[in-house]
Amino acid sequence: MDYIAARQGQILVKGKDNFNISCEKKSEAGSVSQRACVFCGSRVVLYPVADALHLVHGPIGCAVYTWDIRGALSSGPELHRNSFSTDLREKQVIYGGEKKLYESLIELIDRHEPKAAFVYSTCIIGIIGDDVNAVCKKVSQEKGIPVLPVHSEGFKGTKKDGYKAACEALFSLIGHGNIDNVSPVSINILGEFNLAGEAWMIQEYYKRMGVEVVAVMTGDGRVERIARSHGAVLNVVQCSGSMTYLAELMKEKYGIPYIRVSYFGIEDMAEALYDVAEHFSDYPEIRQKTEELVADELSELLPQLTAFRNDLEGKKAAIYVGGAFKAFSLIKALKHLGMTVVIAGSQTGNKKDYEMLQDLCEPGTIIVDDSNPLELSKFVKETGADLFIGGVKERPIAMKMGLGFVDHNHERKIALAGFKGMYNFAVEVHASVMSPIWNLRKEVL
Amino acid sequence: MKTATQNACKLCTPLGACLAFKGVEGCIPLLHGSQGCATYMRRYTISHYREPIDIASTSFTEDTAIFGGGRNLTTAINNLISQYNPQAIGIASTCLTETIGEDMNLLLSEFRKQHGENPLPTLFNVSTPSYRGTHADGYWAAIGAILSSLAKQEFPRNLGVITPGLVSPEDLRQLKKVFKVYDYPLLLMGDYSETLDGGVWESYKKISPGGVPVEQISQAGDASFCIDFTTLTQNGGTKYLGDNLNKQRFTIPMPIGVQLSDRFHRLMRKLTGKEIPEEFVVMRNRLLDAYTDAHKYTFGKKAVVYGEAELVLSMAVFLEEIGIVPVLCATGSDTKLLKAEIEQNLKHPEKVQVEVDLDFDDLTSLVHKGDADFLIGNSKGYKLSKALDIPLIRIGFPIHDRFGAARVKHIDYEGSLTLFDRVVNTLIEIKQNTSEIGYTYI
Repeated sequence: MDYIAARQGQILVKGKDNFNISCEKKSEAGSVSQRACVFCGSRVVLYPVADALHLVHGPIGCAVYTWDIRGALSSGPELHRNSFSTDLREKQVIYGGEKKLYESLIELIDRHEPKAAFVYSTCIIGIIGDDVNAVCKKVSQEKGIPVLPVHSEGFKGTKKDGYKAACEALFSLIGHGNIDNVSPVSINILGEFNLAGEAWMIQEYYKRMGVEVVAVMTGDGRVERIARSHGAVLNVVQCSGSMTYLAELMKEKYGIPYIRVSYFGIEDMAEALYDVAEHFSDYPEIRQKTEELVADELSELLPQLTAFRNDLEGKKAAIYVGGAFKAFSLIKALKHLGMTVVIAGSQTGNKKDYEMLQDLCEPGTIIVDDSNPLELSKFVKETGADLFIGGVKERPIAMKMGLGFVDHNHERKIALAGFKGMYNFAVEVHASVMSPIWNLRKEVL
Repeated sequence: MKTATQNACKLCTPLGACLAFKGVEGCIPLLHGSQGCATYMRRYTISHYREPIDIASTSFTEDTAIFGGGRNLTTAINNLISQYNPQAIGIASTCLTETIGEDMNLLLSEFRKQHGENPLPTLFNVSTPSYRGTHADGYWAAIGAILSSLAKQEFPRNLGVITPGLVSPEDLRQLKKVFKVYDYPLLLMGDYSETLDGGVWESYKKISPGGVPVEQISQAGDASFCIDFTTLTQNGGTKYLGDNLNKQRFTIPMPIGVQLSDRFHRLMRKLTGKEIPEEFVVMRNRLLDAYTDAHKYTFGKKAVVYGEAELVLSMAVFLEEIGIVPVLCATGSDTKLLKAEIEQNLKHPEKVQVEVDLDFDDLTSLVHKGDADFLIGNSKGYKLSKALDIPLIRIGFPIHDRFGAARVKHIDYEGSLTLFDRVVNTLIEIKQNTSEIGYTYI
């Protein structure tokens, strides 16, 4: 197959091609990109804030496709699991949607009493020119809660611009809470969405180390906790693609430094704890507790992995995920299972990410940016991969081609972060790769 | 009167168009708008059908929205041709492109001109602004657009054209079987029976096999009759064949249950000039026998039905004929016709509350504990069924929380029998679960 000409620079084979990968481009029309849009970026980041109203301003589609689609858990309110829309009709498209937006906000705030409201502008709002800022300001004054416009018109950039709009909305919540009682040994976790309770697991690790977690953004999110997150001493950024921008904003305004971590896999999880301990080196007991914690967890985990490794040794995996940072961790995690990565790609990686990917991968690995089903299926065939790690849109590619699949996207209901998550990951990989069905499919009638 | 929509009981129009396009052989759907629309609809439909569903996008950017999407449309079509080598490209607009006033017909005719003599895949387009109607309207409109752009009149022939509505791939296969048994040629519009429920592949297919070839659709103008399984959607479907090409056209409710399947088969008898084949008589008898055997389980039970208006109407008739009262019939479509149709087709419409332009929040406020024995509709009613602690029988679209959505049977005597078994077993299960004795023999 020939690639779309405009995409040639976005695909390279390690050890064979010696050019800098081209990335951070807009998706080529007609390429069936696996990416979504600006709105998706904003919605995915803010979604887990459970006590906020998330009102999608536009026709029904954008709201309904994002109704309760994620595995982001809440320990309390579950307002985030609803789908609220202004459900614009022809009349509003002609005469403007401000009145309907205002009335919807008042009605929903009165009824659900959220701690804040996010108003997502969809494509059409950017065209009909509703003054969403003005409506939000007015409602905020009347109702006494933050009402934040999220400028996420789908066509005004890529998913990354949506992350940025979400960060801006979060940033405007920060700084309003009381920080008197925040510990001098405290962090925020940014870019952790509490899928299947992962944020709870990670918080528990930090708690065992003696570190206070002021706010998780946005997993199991609460407006009040976000509002006092400026009291934390350090920001720990997990999903760097989505939340580094917020960390930068907080660094600039509140002088809070940040580190980038990943909670997937053994090394990265341990490093995420050690890096925090390192930051609080004035408190040597933290380092000691961290060592104990990691030793504890690994003494349980490592023997469990052996059996899986015996079965999986030498199998080949393809990775195509949203952010490249997750791909780094997956490559390392798969090594523990005896597997090698033959395809590594992401929707939104940058140049540095792809350099790092090349460093981590074996020669011959295909590195790809903003890929599509035709390319991915071709790569799978060329490399003879046994497993595909991706999201719902990649699943049918794997299934049709007859190879295992592990969902590592926002919709999953299984915790894959942390040490326990590494075990779950091994179970998932093993259950898919070792299924008898792949051999059965080769039998001839 | 509330303003905002909470947990909608509908999807947007372009999604329905994409499903209709999946019924054309070698066709790839292309959405003229933002990248997100295509990706969201892919994700949503993949979760239901569990098949590869490639939907392309013209990937609008800010510049495109200001200066027009002609160039993106051209690029997208060219890229699709070079990548997928499709036989057809079905193009649907979105709210964005409708609002900026893109003239798709003009853009496409310019595109064709640029291409001159070079052969192109068949291109058809439909206007699907998501601020008007629901996914069901998008489906009917897209079928209408396919027919009006392809149907040619050459010489009259024996051919029945059917638009079945958003039924399952299994239902589509049943319809094809019906025509085979009648030994009558069928042009089944929106035939995604294979494209959205196919087998394993030895090598990756760019476009899922199946669907009706473009050349066959072009014969629609020669058809002897056309039937749409809708009495609620007034545009699209085979309307063009009836209005513009003077074909005899019938609109009937989806054939679910004995009465509505009878209506369908009587129409088939009339239109094909053939007696109703023995096979269907036997199946009808088996269905009636099952109704008889289970009549006490079903009598006097109450059900809430929701989903696409067509499905709701036929389901209401089916439930009533087995002694179950469809106490609430609800749809997200803003259609005045549903109430009238319920009144016309049910023996006791006074027992039925009809709600249109409704969302799941409305539905939740309308149904209280004790009002109904079960819900019947798509997956999105699960929360309500959990809150009321009553079962949900999953039918229609989307089914995201059960396996086998593509193989749920709804229509004709055969599909109705499977559906009936599910309903009865659900009622027996309630009986068993709510009894302290734990009968193993009910």
